[in-house]
Amino acid sequence: MKELLKNFDKAFENRTRLGIMSVLTINEYLDFNSLKELLGVTDGNLASHLKYLEKQKYLTYEKKFLNRKPNTNYSATNKGIKAFEKHITAIEQLVNK
Amino acid sequence: MDNKHIEDLKEIKEIMNRSTRFISLSGISGISTGIMALIGSILAYFIIFKHQNILDYNPVEISNKDLFYLLLIAFCTLLCSIVCAIYFTNRKTKKENRKIWDSQSKRLITNLSIPLITGGVLCLMLLFKGFIGFLAPLTLIFYGLALVNGSKYTFKEIKTLGLIEIALGLVAFQFIAFGLFFWMLGFGITQISYGLIVQAKY
Repeated sequence: MKELLKNFDKAFENRTRLGIMSVLTINEYLDFNSLKELLGVTDGNLASHLKYLEKQKYLTYEKKFLNRKPNTNYSATNKGIKAFEKHITAIEQLVNK
Repeated sequence: MDNKHIEDLKEIKEIMNRSTRFISLSGISGISTGIMALIGSILAYFIIFKHQNILDYNPVEISNKDLFYLLLIAFCTLLCSIVCAIYFTNRKTKKENRKIWDSQSKRLITNLSIPLITGGVLCLMLLFKGFIGFLAPLTLIFYGLALVNGSKYTFKEIKTLGLIEIALGLVAFQFIAFGLFFWMLGFGITQISYGLIVQAKY
């Protein structure tokens, strides 16, 4: 049991963060509003979780201007994708036990 | 503890699906475009075969004036189908409280458009060179390819619909005199049945 829990990633204990990573692993990039709609969370909530994942270097972002409005595209880093896969494998092993 | 993780996995799967597939495509829009196609092809039938009997198996001659009418019918059918599809899909997205123009629908449109526009341009070129018989089979084939290509980004069922259209197109090439009937079968009947299936399922 302890062996399995070792592979659990603290960053993904939170549902929203897990959601963000799962969406970003299969989409090349997504903007803030698409993420918000997909996950059904508030602006502030999403922003803080994005910041957390960014600090872990699990995701990067690129700021652009679309019709003079700021538009930020988020994408997962290789490190983030690896961490996410490891976490999912750990969950699967636990569930299959 | 286990339950929480199973829930997590379920949610991940659900979110991943929702983030890549545009699932608000309305079944009614499939039915309506099918009906438009039937009306359009019946009109076209009367223009193409007004002087000849289809069973005579003679090369069909089409005057410039009739060609103009055929293009007009084709254009109106296409326009009505697109308007209907957008209208019914928009109604469905409103009901589900979503936007019709999001990253999923954009991706679906892009992937549908590439084979469709290629096929459309090719068919127009063939039409102006006088190869009118090729149009029905080729439009079926390219429409089928577009559906197979777009199926990754919407309902899985669309893929089989695409494969059926491709098969019908190939058969239509073999029996080129009956192209219009295969066209009615593919764009009309098959499309309507698939619209019904999608409507019942989602």
